[in-house]
Amino acid sequence: MIEGADIIKAAAFLGAGISMGVGAIGPGVGEGMAAAKACEAIGKNPKEAGLLTRTMLVGQAVSESTGIYSLVIALLLLFVV
Amino acid sequence: MAYDIQTWVSVAAFTGGGMAMGFGAIGAAIGEGYTAASANEAIGRNPGQSGDIFKSMLVGQAIAESASIFALVIALMLLFTKYPSHILSVPVLLGAGLCMGLGAIGSGVGSGFPAGAACQGMARQPAMSGRLTTNMLIGSAVCQTPAIFSLVVSFILLFTDFSANPVSPTWAAILGAGISSGFGAIGSGLGGGLVAQASCEGISRQPLTVTPVTNVMLLGQAVTQTTAIYALLVSFILMFKSFPATDAIAPPMALLAAGICMGIGAIGPAVGEGFAGQGAVAWIARNEKYIADLTRSMLVGQAVAESTGIYSLVIALVLIFVV
Repeated sequence: MIEGADIIKAAAFLGAGISMGVGAIGPGVGEGMAAAKACEAIGKNPKEAGLLTRTMLVGQAVSESTGIYSLVIALLLLFVV
Repeated sequence: MAYDIQTWVSVAAFTGGGMAMGFGAIGAAIGEGYTAASANEAIGRNPGQSGDIFKSMLVGQAIAESASIFALVIALMLLFTKYPSHILSVPVLLGAGLCMGLGAIGSGVGSGFPAGAACQGMARQPAMSGRLTTNMLIGSAVCQTPAIFSLVVSFILLFTDFSANPVSPTWAAILGAGISSGFGAIGSGLGGGLVAQASCEGISRQPLTVTPVTNVMLLGQAVTQTTAIYALLVSFILMFKSFPATDAIAPPMALLAAGICMGIGAIGPAVGEGFAGQGAVAWIARNEKYIADLTRSMLVGQAVAESTGIYSLVIALVLIFVV
């Protein structure tokens, strides 16, 4: 006999997996594009490497945020709700 | 409508075989089409080199094809081998089919990129044909590794005897293992292809930079392969760890979710790392003096892109070992 609480827990686990799995796609691709353009810009104007690296990292940090949201939601689903 | 187990095993074998070859045909066809398109463009630009370009198009396509040949092998094995009448044969056959089918997509598309760039490079710089072919072969070979990981996981699934394990949650662990390596191979195949494409293009523009360009290409490709290796690791844990028998539905779902999480989570970081490697390699070819700066910013950028893949790995491991 499968109980309701068991089904809820199963759904929470599945939701956590899907949240982190699918949520990891966007930040990964976006951060890669930022790094690609930073490399291009450093290639064109190597003197500004420091400034470009800083801008790249800030941009990537912003794009990372959705990945962190996914992580938070996954952890909430696993351990809190 | 009660069917015996052998019926369900056959259903799973045929469905798995269909999925293996159906999904497995996508990647190689796109990659080979891209190669052929580039070869046509290249011959149009420099018809005198048509012999070399044609040859390298065929070699490049043959490599891209290998991913879908793996899928064909698995599909034929699923169709024509007789599998034991055990209920766990059902997830094994479905998992093996899904794993190899999805796993062939990225490698097929990815291998087409360097082959296309090599064809165009031969039109631009005929003297570099030999080095371009070598570079294309190295780059495409790295693109094939995730498909080979999927092939290995499919073979292990098909040839391991799971009948002594408890049906629940082993069914979910088996399916999760297939899904993890299957999806996990897509991004690494594509990402490795993007880096190799930039290196073939770079060599043909600046033939003198061939050594640093090949070196950084291999470095960048190695980073793109990491997420496929995480997915392989999760598959191995799911296949070889023994799980206690359970009647509840939550433990098997946790294992299935671990496979989905790591598999799909591996796609994005690997593609992003491929973009980063592509940018770095392209500009090292044009501005070799700044190889240190460019390699460093490539690695920093890739490390940041990797982070979401590591989150996925953590969540997958928590799902397997903690909850």
